Amino acid sequence: MEYFFIIVSAIFVNNILLSQFLGVCPFLGVSSKLDTAVGMSGAVCFVITLATVVTFLLNKLLLLFEITYLQTIVFILVIAALVQMVEIVLKKISPALYSALGIFLPLITTNCAVLGVALNVVTKEFSFFGGQPHLFNLAEATVYAFATSLGYGLAMIIFAGLREHLSLNQVPAAFKGVPIALVTAGLLALAFMGFSGMVY
Amino acid sequence: MAARSSFRNMTLCLLTICLLCSALLAVVNSMTAAPIAKAQADKTRMTLSRVLPAFDNASEKTLAFEGADYVCYVASADTSVVGYAVISPVIGFGGTLELMVGFDADGQIWSTSVLSHSETPGLGAKCTEAAFKDQFDHFDPAVKSLQVRKDGGDIDAITASTITSRAYCRAVENACRVYRQLALKESAGDGSRTAGVACVRDEGRPVTIKEDSHE
Amino acid sequence: MSKLQIIARGIVKDNPTFVLLLGMCPTLATTTSAINGMSMGLATMAVLIFSNITISAIARFIPDKVRIPSYIVVIATFVTLLQLLMQAYVPDIYETLGLFIPLIVVNCIILGRAEAFANKNGVLDSALDGIGIGLGFTLALTVLGLVREILGSGSLFGWKFIPSEYNILAFVLAPGAFIVLAYLLVLFKKLTNK
Repeated sequence: MEYFFIIVSAIFVNNILLSQFLGVCPFLGVSSKLDTAVGMSGAVCFVITLATVVTFLLNKLLLLFEITYLQTIVFILVIAALVQMVEIVLKKISPALYSALGIFLPLITTNCAVLGVALNVVTKEFSFFGGQPHLFNLAEATVYAFATSLGYGLAMIIFAGLREHLSLNQVPAAFKGVPIALVTAGLLALAFMGFSGMVY
Repeated sequence: MAARSSFRNMTLCLLTICLLCSALLAVVNSMTAAPIAKAQADKTRMTLSRVLPAFDNASEKTLAFEGADYVCYVASADTSVVGYAVISPVIGFGGTLELMVGFDADGQIWSTSVLSHSETPGLGAKCTEAAFKDQFDHFDPAVKSLQVRKDGGDIDAITASTITSRAYCRAVENACRVYRQLALKESAGDGSRTAGVACVRDEGRPVTIKEDSHE
Repeated sequence: MSKLQIIARGIVKDNPTFVLLLGMCPTLATTTSAINGMSMGLATMAVLIFSNITISAIARFIPDKVRIPSYIVVIATFVTLLQLLMQAYVPDIYETLGLFIPLIVVNCIILGRAEAFANKNGVLDSALDGIGIGLGFTLALTVLGLVREILGSGSLFGWKFIPSEYNILAFVLAPGAFIVLAYLLVLFKKLTNK
């Protein structure tokens, strides 16, 4: 049951894009077409989940040696290496998937959603049912990371759909491109605010 | 511009950079460890003086209660205990809401203070303002009910921030229960316990104290 | 290009927020008030200046293929330094900005400047570029924070002058961030183009 709450909370209530503002750059960058948005979401989903599991375990090691001040460096290097590795492995194992996700993979290193989630699960305390706040264990962290990336995908895909429609409409010249996209994102965020307070 | 890549110089280069950077960080980390600890101690001290009646000495202890560890402070002046403070974290609207709740020797809440929060600015963040916070000063949990009026209690919620207000009440409520157990332990403890005995670590098993009011 | 031009370009022509559209996450998330926006801008600027200087100094020793990981390690080091120093000397600001301090590492502005400017130019120019871009970023964040603070909580750098009843809370929350940024972009376009 707790997992259900983690999932709902991560996808809707605390949507990583629209309420935590993590990963906004690719959100604006690759969301003008639905296809690319789906590809990017898939790649992000994969990397966030994998990176969170690896950094979660590595963090235990950092804690053990009392070198948490290396957290940022270690996490970002792990993510960068992981992205490269995923790229290489994917190329060998599934060329079809690689060609679908390929171009988005290198971009993910600097997607702050990945580092954001990885840091969130090891520093932030969560609690559901009004219980005592606690840090996630590995299973919860994995579910949280996966659900968060689903939320990312959801926001991304809705937004791409909106933008595809938007491109067919006339907007004031000065608003063309990013500004109108931002206004749209604002309205979407407003809609997602309706979920707020649903779980906690 | 850049040097040519070969396996040897790539490895060497990354290794050197990583070593230098970690060494630099290790040095700075050890240099800032003391100021960081001091900043935290200062903050604790300041918050303690805000939520407790005047005291000379406060000793920290950890109390296990209902499966969680609470950090508590026993404040004393002239060898007699003048108050207790409990750090009570709950989940608010935007994340952890951590309060310090001070009690005087009679078990009344002296005052409360927010240690850290991530509530919405302009809404839930108003829980740090006097208009809301002062309701808890000199609050007697035995007489009044620690719930927002909407739930039939005696606390005026922050407008449009019921969740934060409820969380705040819940944090104070939890603190009250921890306090009751703490006071029980302190009075049952050996009489030789004097003021300023630092950090007695209790291995107390979680003891559930039956709530007399609502739950 | 004169030294002054390098700085000025970072503020107007290559403004990281309004023109290059980089580093959107901290821009949107930390600008709930002018002072928060400014602190975030200054924190980023500090990292940017030092990483620019370091990278321009060491760039020619770094093999091309491990360029990016090396830069990331350098940037992450400065971010961690900043984290430690802020925790020690300005703990209140550190707490307010929270997660977004470590996330400076993945702020595309910093890696972007390392790639586009610092590894091709001298130490002094890179430092000036860092100052310029940093100022541009700080300015943008402060303005965004200012507008959101005035509309959303009716105050100016914490000084309240509009009573709470007339505040439009949405501007402090997520939607307001997107919408105010959109209007500022339009305004910036209008002001610089004509």
